[in-house]
Amino acid sequence: MSDLITMDDLSNSEIVEILDTATRLLPVAKGEIYAPLLAGKVLGNLFFENSTRTRMSFESAMKRLGGEVINLSSIGSSVSKGETLYDTMQMVQGYSDIAVIRHPNQGAAQYSADAVDIPVLNAGDGAGNHPTQTILDLFTIRQSHGTLEDLNVVLVGDLRYGRTTHSLSHALMRFGAKLTLISPKGLRMPEEIVSDLTAAGGDVSESEDMAGAISDADVIYMTRIQKERFPDEDEYIKVAGIYKMTASDLSGAKGSMIVMHPLPRVDEIDPSVDATKHAAYFDQAFNGVPTRMALLCRSLDVKVPKKVK
Amino acid sequence: MMTEMRRVTAICNGTVVDHIPAGRALQVMQMLRINVGRSSPISLVMNVPSGKVGRKDVLKIEDRELTQKELDRLALIAPHASVAIIRNYGVAEKRQIQLGEELINIARCSFSNCITQNSREPLPHKLRVVSEDPLDVRCSYCGRTQNIDELAESIL
Repeated sequence: MSDLITMDDLSNSEIVEILDTATRLLPVAKGEIYAPLLAGKVLGNLFFENSTRTRMSFESAMKRLGGEVINLSSIGSSVSKGETLYDTMQMVQGYSDIAVIRHPNQGAAQYSADAVDIPVLNAGDGAGNHPTQTILDLFTIRQSHGTLEDLNVVLVGDLRYGRTTHSLSHALMRFGAKLTLISPKGLRMPEEIVSDLTAAGGDVSESEDMAGAISDADVIYMTRIQKERFPDEDEYIKVAGIYKMTASDLSGAKGSMIVMHPLPRVDEIDPSVDATKHAAYFDQAFNGVPTRMALLCRSLDVKVPKKVK
Repeated sequence: MMTEMRRVTAICNGTVVDHIPAGRALQVMQMLRINVGRSSPISLVMNVPSGKVGRKDVLKIEDRELTQKELDRLALIAPHASVAIIRNYGVAEKRQIQLGEELINIARCSFSNCITQNSREPLPHKLRVVSEDPLDVRCSYCGRTQNIDELAESIL
């Protein structure tokens, strides 16, 4: 029984093992074969904040493996009556074998894991961590480049509130990536994260200029400027739409370079990019299914056979 | 030490907290919650020269022996303070302040969006010590690095 709250919970070899397991589960994720490895297990899917891909891909992962899913959203539940997270988790523990939680408050996932004995997977806590997204991002990168080692990765957009980039940058650093952080001044990566990355001997540079970083990149990871995390709409308007990538911007890019995005996008990636060989964001969204299958099996101590059939 | 002796007389029984970083003695009093409802004297010396740390504050609390648990609260703002328990004008015991790896229910995370800001949530407040020097303390739940001055204000 193991929780996944931040990427620090996983060693590099555990990450690679999860990616290998996810690769074996790909035909199951695509619905080509049915492998009910999680039959009889119930997943409590707790979304106190909106989600499309994370919630659906967890549900798809659980169901493709023969498990059941029960859902909670804060609207229409006792949460809106003021129930504490602690109390909600006690109830969830009674109803399910494993919990996935997304919550607007940072620290909510660790708090939930401390409150119950069933495994808890963090599906995003405020502007904190989103490790299952990181696993699917790493899976996508490895699928394209065949390795996670020594890549030149450019992270673009809202690096302050964008939790996906926080988890991802930590993980990439551990595999020796060179990171270029591109954001407007007000949305720079939090200082403690940058200091952690550099203290770990990472090669990190910060800039506001996306165009200059394209030609050397192996991966460009775009993010949305998240309106909902701005305390003040005027501040949002100042930076909204600052980075817009079009197909013509990529003419000088390496052939193997991939463009990723955790989605949803607003206008930071023009639809013209979709038709280029660089566009990886829809594959990335699908990859949530096999990677979350691997994570569910791991946390529930279910062994995935070497050959899944 | 002679300079200090002239400023404040020796105490008969109680606790002397020495080598408090200059200017922090009032925060130390606040953290120890000893500045209200007392009838015995408290002597406070601030910014006195010290061979060890340049300038320091000293606190002498009469008729009260601080426990190790109380003293460990001070680790956040005065990690290198030295503590002597005084009985009948003599040093009966010396105590070290220990920071420990995790501070449980000592201070509240100061980040406004942390789950622990909901006062009805029942689990303990936990802070993790990432580094002692320089002091880096983070909330065990949300992971935010804490501003030490703000922490002193949010002592539980």
